[in-house]
Amino acid sequence: MNNEELKTKITELLPAATFDESGEWLNINVGPVDWLSFANQLRNNDSLYFDYLFCLTCIDWKTHLTMVYHLSSTRHRHNIVIKSKLDNSKPEIETVSHTWKTAEFHEREVYEMFGVNFLNHPDLRLLILPDGWEGKNPMLKNFEDPINMIKL
Amino acid sequence: MNNTTNNSESLKVSPTGGDLEGAGSFPGQITETPGGGIVLSKLDDIINWARSNSLWPLTFATSCCGIEYMAVAGAKYDFSRFGFEVARASPRQADVIIIAGTIVNKMGPVLKRLYDQMGDPKYVIAMGACAISGGPFFYNTYSVVKGADHIIPVDVYVAGCPPRPEALLHALISLQEKIKAGMTREQIKSGI
Repeated sequence: MNNEELKTKITELLPAATFDESGEWLNINVGPVDWLSFANQLRNNDSLYFDYLFCLTCIDWKTHLTMVYHLSSTRHRHNIVIKSKLDNSKPEIETVSHTWKTAEFHEREVYEMFGVNFLNHPDLRLLILPDGWEGKNPMLKNFEDPINMIKL
Repeated sequence: MNNTTNNSESLKVSPTGGDLEGAGSFPGQITETPGGGIVLSKLDDIINWARSNSLWPLTFATSCCGIEYMAVAGAKYDFSRFGFEVARASPRQADVIIIAGTIVNKMGPVLKRLYDQMGDPKYVIAMGACAISGGPFFYNTYSVVKGADHIIPVDVYVAGCPPRPEALLHALISLQEKIKAGMTREQIKSGI
């Protein structure tokens, strides 16, 4: 499917979704509450069939956080980007690790680096950071480490 | 040593052996005698001279400097011309560790362990900005060690991000000169 067809199809599935077509891939903004059921539709719908989550990351915009999911279909060869705005003070979103298994590790990384709480995640603990980093999220813009950081 | 008579003309001899200027030459004096020559030298100087011309580097690279390091090992720059014959994958067989890349806090203990596993005498080259000071990661980083010399002693620093292959070659030759002059950290410490 091309971007126009994807847009039409996705609007049918989730009328609340908004789109950004400035890039190569169709960007879809989804509320965190809608995300899990929408993800399952994207994964299981025969004409969409997004069976490959090839990137999962997070952006700190200072005012809010944005979860970013890059999806691809190995059957139809189309790609989309899902963005979901999270509240800065209490960032949480449903896990998609039951939909795409690869998300389990990626979400653990976003959890340790940005402090996003993935609801119903099977094993939410630090991935790369060593013990003692719980609650400190080094990828947040306001993060400061008094021991290691040198300010200009 | 009989055979020294014949090629004593071509053999450049440095009188003191240990100085940096005469680093490329054999450290000793040849006294001509009928029927042969006598070489006068200090054993330490000869050992250092021999060691400096066969330095095996450890296969160790943590980031993009490693690519330059590989280029230097390759045919075009070829550090085996200077005696850095083979990169060894085991620290127990290596003489010199070239820290080619960023050292993060998690890598620190690993680097220390590799260094400890290397047999004496051992030498260290810090290649590139990251290994010297943390380089581009000097400010506002929670994870990068600001200079590998916080962990192990460094003999030669090579500036660059990453350094050109020629710069690494220069560093390798500088290390040889330091060894011949007895000026590496380890030699100073042990009094050799």
